[in-house]
Amino acid sequence: MNAAIPFSAQLINLFAAVILLLAFAMLAQRRVLALINLFALQGLTLCLATLVAAVTTGQVHLYYSAGLTLALKVLLLPWILYRLVKRLNVKGEVEALINIPTTMLVGLVLVMIAFNVALPISELSHTITRGTLGIALAVVMLAFLMMITRQKAITQVVGFLSMENGLFLAATSATYGMPMVVELGIALDVLVGVIILGVFFFQIRDQFDSLDIRHMERLKDN
Amino acid sequence: MDFFILMLAIPLVSGALLTVVGERAWAPNLNIIASLGTFAAAAGLTIEIVANGPRFAFGEQFFIDSLNVFFVALTAFVGLTTSIFSGPYMKNEREHGRLTAPRLRLYKGMYQLFMFTMLAALTTNNLGILWVAMEAATLTTVLLVSLYRTPASLEAAWKYFILCGVGIAQALFGTILLYFAAERVLGASGNALLWTHLIDVKGQLEPTIMALSFIFLLVGYGTKVGLAPLHNWLPDAHAEGPTPVSAVLSGLLLNVALYAILRCKVLADGAIPNAFAGNLMIGFGLFTLLVAAFFLSRQKDVKRMFAYSSIEHMGLITFAFGMGGPVANFAGLLHMTMHSLTKSAIFFAVGHATQKTGTQLMADIRGLIRINPLIGWGLMLGTLAILGMPPFGVFASEFMILTHAMKYHPWATPILLLGLGVAFAAIFGKVQPMVFGETEARRLPHAPAITPVFLHLGIVLTLGLYIPPYLTRWFHEASRMLG
Repeated sequence: MNAAIPFSAQLINLFAAVILLLAFAMLAQRRVLALINLFALQGLTLCLATLVAAVTTGQVHLYYSAGLTLALKVLLLPWILYRLVKRLNVKGEVEALINIPTTMLVGLVLVMIAFNVALPISELSHTITRGTLGIALAVVMLAFLMMITRQKAITQVVGFLSMENGLFLAATSATYGMPMVVELGIALDVLVGVIILGVFFFQIRDQFDSLDIRHMERLKDN
Repeated sequence: MDFFILMLAIPLVSGALLTVVGERAWAPNLNIIASLGTFAAAAGLTIEIVANGPRFAFGEQFFIDSLNVFFVALTAFVGLTTSIFSGPYMKNEREHGRLTAPRLRLYKGMYQLFMFTMLAALTTNNLGILWVAMEAATLTTVLLVSLYRTPASLEAAWKYFILCGVGIAQALFGTILLYFAAERVLGASGNALLWTHLIDVKGQLEPTIMALSFIFLLVGYGTKVGLAPLHNWLPDAHAEGPTPVSAVLSGLLLNVALYAILRCKVLADGAIPNAFAGNLMIGFGLFTLLVAAFFLSRQKDVKRMFAYSSIEHMGLITFAFGMGGPVANFAGLLHMTMHSLTKSAIFFAVGHATQKTGTQLMADIRGLIRINPLIGWGLMLGTLAILGMPPFGVFASEFMILTHAMKYHPWATPILLLGLGVAFAAIFGKVQPMVFGETEARRLPHAPAITPVFLHLGIVLTLGLYIPPYLTRWFHEASRMLG
């Protein structure tokens, strides 16, 4: 069975596995700057996986989307986040609502669920990257978990962007990427979103003197 | 000049212009003139579509048929009246020191861009672009929700961004799965996400993938519609943002998100047997209706209460479209129109009332009818209309939904009646003392714009008494598009 998988597909599977591993590492990471590094690394791995898929299949637009990933998720977004962290003086450890080992265990369960959900779809796919669809869904779910369990606004945003990485991997693995115009649109939205959040962070800090979202639990129905 | 291009270009250009020139004395007028231009172009487009049938624009990337031109007309109309309303409202806010010139500039620029993203979402033929435009609509409104920069408004905007961001990420996954299903039939070209191409091959799309895709799309876009249990952002965003923003969020954005679900439902219905998509929507709709109805009675903030009322009505509309068929679809579309017009009218009245009394707490708002009879009557009539009292139009659409449910889904009738009954008791009991009763309140430096309130209510009343055959034909045409 293993012999039937071509080298390129194995390479893509390897990269996808690294992306999943990085998602777990992000879940376990307590420091904000290290978290941004991990996010950039995840973007880089995603870019490499897309590149291998592009070389193997000869799909021209995959080259573009690999380039887009490199520019946006490896360089531009981490740079913006770095500057935000420096300017806002976010320091110290990231407070987690649930302790890290428990979070990791919940993460494991999520990965199993993701693989089971993706199984029927992977069987229908004919791309060389189809094995990674389960991984992609798992990355999305782990990012979601990170957003739920973290209390700093900036870590929630990294979680959000990591979720986008997972979705991008899903698009590449199931269909060799979305049409170019859609991918450009998504990239634009993500970029504008991060810029707006940057503005927004300053508003939050001016108002609360902190980026801790525990201060933002006043709006309730009572 | 093409009406369609004009309709998209006017809000885009004027949004940029209003951002660049900043807050001038004539900026509110420019905002209104731009909205008027957009509305005129949308009206021209509507007449063209009703006369000549569906058309494409920009190759096949945009597609306008009787279904979406109906939403376009509604969006442009409420966009116009809200801009008229926001003129004096925002001037008063500035006089009261709640807003500064740079923030008003942000407001006007973003308002026009928000109109642009909604109109683009409604008219695009590409389901990928639909997603992009929906996300852009969230982005343009995040900074509007936090316009007052109070702790509560920042919290509301943050919740709005994160919850809708997560929701819309689910919708993206759904879109990817849809593309995956489509690619197997249509091939890996840019055309595989074009709705007009998908509709031709909907019978051949793989049912398992489509089912999964529709679940993700419904949950994702459903977050923006305000479907329970993902509705948490909605009351906060409506209560803490400026009132014109509440009016367009409630009256327009929720509709656009629901429109996105409807387009996907047509495809899912073609691919999946057993009315899977419809049943899912019936379930979500009823659950949303009940949750919202019971939360209504616990509200103290007037804008928050009417936000829950929007959730309730969105639940009812989702239920109607879930039942499907020409009658229920007709009722759903009619109810969407009535809800948009009535709810934005209510928000206009509430906006002026809260400005006069300086509070959003219902317990502190008393005797509106003495302070300003027009505002008082506007709020009272709007409330009666939204609660489904005859002869207002909401009654007609709710009646159609109820009778249709009795015939085809009798088990759902008691749930519907319970939800509507609880909502009636909750809202009427709170609005009545706000309108009548004793009060002391200040004079506003700028006379409020009452015309939009009564214009909307007048239309709702007229449509409740008599729907012109021209409009009926158009609605029938649109509900046929939904299968």
